[in-house]
Amino acid sequence: MIDLSNLTIVIARKKLDAREFSAVELSKEYLDAIKAKDADLHAYLEIYDDVIAQAQAADERIGRGESLPLLGIPLAIKDNILITGKRASSASKILEGYVATYDATVIGKLKAQGAVFLGRTNMDEFALGGSTENSAYGSTKNPYDLDRVPGGTSGGSAAAVSAGIALGALGSDTGGSVRQPSSFCGVVGLKPTYGCVSRSGLMAAVSSFDQIGPIAKTVTDAEMIYEAIKGTDPLDSTTITETTHAKREAKKSYVIGVPRKLIDAEGIDPGVKENFDMALQKLAELGFEITDIDLPSIEYCLPLYYILNFAEVSSNLARFDGVKYGLHADGKDLLGDYVKTRGQGFGPETRRRILLGTYVLSSGYYDAYYGKAQAAREALKKEFTEAFDHVDFVATPTSPIPAWKIGEKHDPLSMYLADIFTVTANIVGLPAISLPSGFTEVEGKQLPLGLQFMAPHAAEHILFDVGKKFLGEVI
Amino acid sequence: MITTEEIKKLAKLSRMEVSDEEIESLKSQADSILGYVGKIQGISAEADIGLPSLRNVFREDAATHAANEYTEAILSEAPSREGGYIKVKKILS
Repeated sequence: MIDLSNLTIVIARKKLDAREFSAVELSKEYLDAIKAKDADLHAYLEIYDDVIAQAQAADERIGRGESLPLLGIPLAIKDNILITGKRASSASKILEGYVATYDATVIGKLKAQGAVFLGRTNMDEFALGGSTENSAYGSTKNPYDLDRVPGGTSGGSAAAVSAGIALGALGSDTGGSVRQPSSFCGVVGLKPTYGCVSRSGLMAAVSSFDQIGPIAKTVTDAEMIYEAIKGTDPLDSTTITETTHAKREAKKSYVIGVPRKLIDAEGIDPGVKENFDMALQKLAELGFEITDIDLPSIEYCLPLYYILNFAEVSSNLARFDGVKYGLHADGKDLLGDYVKTRGQGFGPETRRRILLGTYVLSSGYYDAYYGKAQAAREALKKEFTEAFDHVDFVATPTSPIPAWKIGEKHDPLSMYLADIFTVTANIVGLPAISLPSGFTEVEGKQLPLGLQFMAPHAAEHILFDVGKKFLGEVI
Repeated sequence: MITTEEIKKLAKLSRMEVSDEEIESLKSQADSILGYVGKIQGISAEADIGLPSLRNVFREDAATHAANEYTEAILSEAPSREGGYIKVKKILS
């Protein structure tokens, strides 16, 4: 029996290398844990049938004396990342039956290290949402309270790591989709700098925001996955190189900026605020300097985020037409095929965003919405560049509210407002991490909360450094 | 206020069937969402996007894989095919 509840990638690596257990034994433990827990959680859409074979291959490599950080480590993969020969659906009916014909670059990198893929995890359809309730295959439950959402869109990945039915996971983050579910489930989630991790083989939602990121139990584990998946890729022309952004050195002490106006805005849960103030106090005790910063354009972050989100979603999802792959519904002519396939294949939130994206891009409205949003994006970028002359990183809560009840939020706009702290990192392209920062009691249940740090471009190492200090991980 | 006709037009442009019932709920949702994101018009910044930092992202124009290496895998995804072709309904009559 391996104690999965206290297991981390770091510990598993040591034990695998010391032959205390094999990769096959470890994977079998996880398959048993999945069997015991996932009927309640529904974190996975599919458990792969070749898990043991993958683990055997890892054991052979370990037997030959190989030691790579993720060799034999069981991971869960979000359902919008392609693995050759495996189904991938973005939790949408329109990709019913689709089997990936190539590996995403991140998957190729993980395979090279010998990681073991346990299965594909549930998500909001096409990564549109914030609760995993928009999945065409049913909601995932929060491991801390089965009546509540795990957050989203990478809700399945975060719930799996939190419940100990994966040792680590990949998610994707368009406006908080790695960080917010990580905070709701009490685990660590990183959105890397835009362009730091290749998006080749990730189904596109909002191409100018999307990044693949790790979800793990500790900062050190998240860092190990991040190190394995990052890098310039000729298959993704938006990937950056070592020299794209100026280097920042890690320091003994840091100056933390707090966008006070945003945190004092309406709709922030008092428990979240209290927890955030406690976190700042802890950081002050650790020797960090804390200062308020003013980012005038940040009040426009949600309108600007959603305008660009709708616009890019409507064009990216134009590729699903019932001709090349996935669902096909028959109409009276080719146009009828498109209209019916898309009408039946996309879920309600996806349809809403496609229509709104078409609206904000149509002539007559383009300047008022898309044009203004682009201007606001540039203004916000500039304000962050200036802020980073004075502070080393910016701290906020990850989410303004803890996990809500499944079915509680009927109004799409109220769901959008929960992204207030996370969208900025995607708008500006900054790396950001969510760290478990404690709990708030709601209706007799302890619900996890998260603390978010945003750093300058390509300064992930600072996030890891501060994260380890905050969580007391031995460095 | 967004009208039924406008939603119908957007659905047509999006090549997506939308039922009458859905149009009704979409109208009020679209109004509240567009009302909210419309706050963007309050920003004074002008679109000063400037030149992006350009670099060459093109690869060498060389073969990256053997001929037909992926043909079967890709075509077998298609809902309807005939031999080496994807089959669709005729568009010229």
